[in-house]
Parts: sequence; structure tokens; C-alpha cells
Amino acid sequence: MYLYTEKDQKIIEQRVAQYQNQTERYLAGKLSDDEFLVLRLQNGLYIQRHAPMLRIAVPHGMLNSKQIRMLAHISRHFDKGYAHFSTRQNVQFNWPKLEQVPEILKLLATVQMHAIQTSGSCIRNTTSDQYAGVAVDEVADTRPYCEIIRQWSTFHPEFTLLPRKFKIAVSGALTDRAATQVHDIGLYVVKNAQGETGFQVFVGGGLGRTPIVAPLIKEFLPEKHLLTYLEAILRVYNRHGRRDNKYKARIKILVKALTPDVFAKKVDDEWADLRDGPTTLPEAEIERIRACYQDPEYLTFPGDNESFISHIESNPSFKIWVNRNTVQHKTPGYRIINLSLKETGQAPGDVSDTALESIADLADRFSFGEVRSTHEQNLVLADVQQSDLFELWNKLKTLGFATPNIGLLTDIICCPGGDFCALANAKSIPIAEQIQRRFEDMDYLHDIGDLDLNISGCMNACGHHHVGHIGILGVDKKGQEFYQVSLGGSANEDAAIGKIVGPSFKEEDIANVIEKIIHVYLENRIEGERFIDTYRRIELAPFKERVYAKNH
Amino acid sequence: MQKIIKNRQIIDSSWNYVQPDSLTQEKLQFPDGDIVVSVSDWHSFRDLCLAHPGKLGLILQSDEEPSCVQNDLEHFEMIAIHFPAFGDGRGYSSARELRTKYKYEGEIRATGDVLRDQLQLMERCGFNAFEVRKDRDLVEAMAGFSDFSFTYQADLSNPLPSFRRN
Repeated sequence: MYLYTEKDQKIIEQRVAQYQNQTERYLAGKLSDDEFLVLRLQNGLYIQRHAPMLRIAVPHGMLNSKQIRMLAHISRHFDKGYAHFSTRQNVQFNWPKLEQVPEILKLLATVQMHAIQTSGSCIRNTTSDQYAGVAVDEVADTRPYCEIIRQWSTFHPEFTLLPRKFKIAVSGALTDRAATQVHDIGLYVVKNAQGETGFQVFVGGGLGRTPIVAPLIKEFLPEKHLLTYLEAILRVYNRHGRRDNKYKARIKILVKALTPDVFAKKVDDEWADLRDGPTTLPEAEIERIRACYQDPEYLTFPGDNESFISHIESNPSFKIWVNRNTVQHKTPGYRIINLSLKETGQAPGDVSDTALESIADLADRFSFGEVRSTHEQNLVLADVQQSDLFELWNKLKTLGFATPNIGLLTDIICCPGGDFCALANAKSIPIAEQIQRRFEDMDYLHDIGDLDLNISGCMNACGHHHVGHIGILGVDKKGQEFYQVSLGGSANEDAAIGKIVGPSFKEEDIANVIEKIIHVYLENRIEGERFIDTYRRIELAPFKERVYAKNH
Repeated sequence: MQKIIKNRQIIDSSWNYVQPDSLTQEKLQFPDGDIVVSVSDWHSFRDLCLAHPGKLGLILQSDEEPSCVQNDLEHFEMIAIHFPAFGDGRGYSSARELRTKYKYEGEIRATGDVLRDQLQLMERCGFNAFEVRKDRDLVEAMAGFSDFSFTYQADLSNPLPSFRRN
């Protein structure tokens, strides 16, 4: 992964000093609440229901074991002994003290971490494919581009006070695992007919109150133009994005209002001034960053490991876990391992301090000391030898991270919801647990197969409910919590926004409703069809009819 | 006279702002000395502005783009860009466009909700004068210029991005 130069290090240390000074001025009454609000948000500090929440950036989901140990240390000494992995690959602490945040940031800086631009109306952490660099279906490793964007967007003088937050995602594989098309800017790394690397550029996607799949505004952007083109998009947005209404301030509203064609034309006009200017990427810079993401020193294996194969043949539970939670690696003899953070009864994405330390140990022992976070709120050890898998599986079982449910109904994406978040209309974690308990039978769960179920506690949609095959949204009706269900969303390359089934349901009915939906699927599926395929074929009506049918 | 920061020095400002819409065809009277006019006054009373004996400046509101005066820039010794709230970042693009697209070399001044924590960003976008909000200490605010000794992007302080510098 990328290692900081002295200059990269200096900028985060100076940021700590700046933020410490801002905090001191606030505590001394020299900054008003409103003034400090904008400053603290730019550094990931929210004031939540019970306490402040501090969001730490995990650039494109890459972490090393030293960083994981530091997160464990911070959660132990400044929080209540756990950290939360968010749907944007970041880490959140739910219980830090405002006065202690500068001290936390100082500690983070010692392991090349920070909270810069993890909130506020600025360019946020760029997210990506958790299998970047190791996936078999990859066109190009996205991580160097993400890091290039990170540096460019860090304290960009022109784009630090935008109309609203701004999120960029990059995907470089045939399967989009980064929900790219529901970001403010989505980039697909592609090759043109001449074999040159560049980007398909999507602008104006997003979830929230107005969910939109981003339109394509540039078919092929050569890689050297990446930053000047992003700069042109941001300038059009900074200038023309709405600032009169928070709910209409995202770039998606601007793109929609102008139409994608007119928006693209405006960007091209702006780009004409910037193109080939000093911010054009030299090949040497792309190479410098790329060099940080070279393959680790893989051993050469002729093919599959024999003991690995025999464990699969002799141990059905191991086989199920391998099939579900591990993924083919580009290098023979290796596998990509998912750690499920979705054990029933565990808040999705939460990891305790001691578990973090164990994960760091596993990363050092089995996967070149690196860990990745995913937008589905799981963790990945990307480079594990097949011969180590059985031992690793046993260790993960002890830790509670071996639930073989990756990509299944109980692998729920879920925001912290009303239990923590001041914005939420309703709880979400207890809803996830209710559903997980209903579908605890592993044979049944595996029979249902691939299914994305996402839960958000309010229409800000941090739990990505719009793009779940099944989406659940918490709503408030006269002080009571209700849940709206939608079907047919997708966050992949076939991105789609789900359709609302109908009137919302009471909290205690949710598991029943989901079960009815699953029954309709199982009754209608054709052999090999995933839930989403069946939904697309038979559409909403049969599901709707079943969930609202009178009991019989 | 108001104290401001210009080119990182605390100085007295000589400029008088002409209240927008205070001029009518019946009563065409500017204050004495150096004046700053709004875009609409400039467009309505161009000849009168040019005939004024003092220096001439222009103030752009956050929703007014430099392109609306792009052919007139030679007439202004100073362009003020107003920040109705410090979180309204449109003025950064205005300053940058004035410097890089229109090659404006006169004074660019930040007015309105101008605070210490934005000074370095503003300077990097091409502002060189700052009317810091009146309730804030100018000497303390000056520290805001040196929060960062290294930055990544090409800007008005560093014409080359970090990857092209030696």
C-alpha cells in the first residue's frame, strides 16, 4: 500500500496542529458553535445522540496491521472498546471526548492515518474495490488512482467549501464492487481500442432523498487527464450547485436540472482551460504511486494445494466457508478471504479492541500485514496461501468472523441508526438482528443464495437501502418507527434504484415481511436464478400482493 | 479607516464601498476618494465610474461570475469578492478564475465573513487582501497563513503541483 513521504507526513501533522488550535479556540470561546461546526466536520467530528462521533479515513479501504493496532488502542483508551467500519470503508468511533480528539489525531498521525475531509461539504475519502490488485476480473488496479485523487483532493484550496459533500468511487474490474454508479463521481478504469488506460466518467449518482444512478458523461478520459477533468467537474459544481437548499445541493440535482449533456458540455468548456496544464499527470508520477502497490512476494505454486483440497473434501463446514467467504485470487495457490462482521447479535461493522488486535496478528501471519475494509462493512485478508486456509478458518471461527454468509441475506449493510445517530428517524441495528435471527438456519440461508439486504435508519441512506436487492428504510410516523421496504435495487455494474413495495410496516413485522418476500422468490425462481434475477423477471406485483395479503 | 491585511501586512484600507442601488439617474453622487462599485452599478453607470477622480474597484457577490466583467478588468485596480458566509465557497472559484483564466493582476480582496481558518486557502486561490471580520483580531488571524508549509495542488502560491516541483 501507499507509504507516506516526508511531505505527506508533514501535511497530516500540520493538520493535527491546526485542528488542535481550532479546538482550543472553540473551548476558549473564540469560535462560535456554528463556526466550529464547519471546522470540526471537515475533520470528521460529529456531535451525535450520546457523544461526539469521530470518523477516520481509510483511503480506498487499505489498512496495515500497525494501523489496526492503533485503532484498537484508540478504541480501548478513548472509546468504549470497539470501532465501527462504515459503508464508506472508513472507521468510526462513537464515544470520544471532543477535548481528546486532537490527542487521538496525533496518535493516528504516527501510523499515517487522519480524519481529513471525512465529513463536511468537501471531497471525501475515495472508495474502491476491496479486491483491487488481486481480483481475477480486473482491468487495472484502482488503488494508485485513488491515492492520486486523495493527494489532489486533500486541502484543495478551491474545493474545500462546496455546496455539499462530494464522494468519488473508482472501480477497475468487470464486476463493480464499489457501488460506483451511485457516487457523485464514479470512475471505471477501462482500456480503449489502442490498449491505452483511461476512465469512463459517471457524474451525479447518489442515494439520499433523491436516489439516482449516475449518467455517463465521458466515454474515455485518458489517465493523464484525470485530475484536470475532475477539477473541471468540481469547478462547475462549486460555481453552479445549489446552496439555497441542503436537500438539493448535491451534484446529482445539478446534473439532472441541466441534463447530463448540458452538464458535460459545461465541464468540457471548463476543461478546455485546464487541459494539458500543470495538473496533467506525468507518467512518472503515475508510476511512482503505482510502485507502492506492486504485488507482494508471492510464492510460486504449481496449482491448488493438496491439503487445502482434502480439507474441503472431508469437512463440509470448511467447504461451505471456502465457497462463500473466500474468493479466487489472481495468483495460483492463494485465496482472498472475507471476514464476516455480520454474526447474528453483533452490530454490523462493529469490531472490539481485542478482536482488532487479533485481526492485525492474522494479517501479519497470513496476509503480508494488510487488511482491507469493504463498503459492505466486512474485512478482507487479500493474500492468503491456500495451505493456510484451514488454520485461518479455525482462528476466525474462534473470533466470530467465520460466519459463512458473505453476499447472503444476513450479510446486511446497516447504518448505526437511531441507537447512535442524531439524524436517524428509526433504529436499524435491531432490525438487522431481527432478520438475522429469522434466517439463522444455514441450509435455508444458503438455499436462498446471493441477496443484498440493506438497512438505513433515515433517508440519508448511509445503509444504502436504495441499492439493496431488498432495501429497508426507517421512517418516523407521528413519533413511531416504521419501515418502508423496497425491492430490485443493485449497487453493481447493473446499478438500479429499488422500488418501494407500498405502505410501511411496524418494527415487529419486518422479519415476517422479509420471509414472505423470500417465499415468493423461492416459489418463482427458475433453477440458478438469484433473487434479483427473479425479481427482474416477475417484477414487483407478486411480491406486493403477498406482503399485503390478509392472513389466511 | 478600516485595518485590513494586504500581502500579509496589516494596513489601512482607503476604499469606500458605494452602496448598491444608492445611485439613480436623478442623484449621481459617489463618495470621495477610492470607490468600489457593484456589478450592476458598473454596467449602469460605466462612464460616470470611469470619470470618477479616485481609484476604481469592483465588488462581486458570491453568485456573480467574473465572466460578467471579463472585458472590463483593466479598469479595476481592485476586485472585492464577497463571502456572505464563510461556508459559501463560490468566491474561491471566482478569485482563481480572475487570476488564471483572465490574468487579472490587481488586488483581489475577500470581504464579508472572512476568518482566520480560511486565509491560507483564499491566498492560494489568488486573494491578496483580506477584510477580516471586524470582531476578530487581525494579528491573531495572520497565523492562518502559515497553517501548512506543504500542499499538493497547483495554485497561486505554487504554480506547480507537488509532483512537478523539484
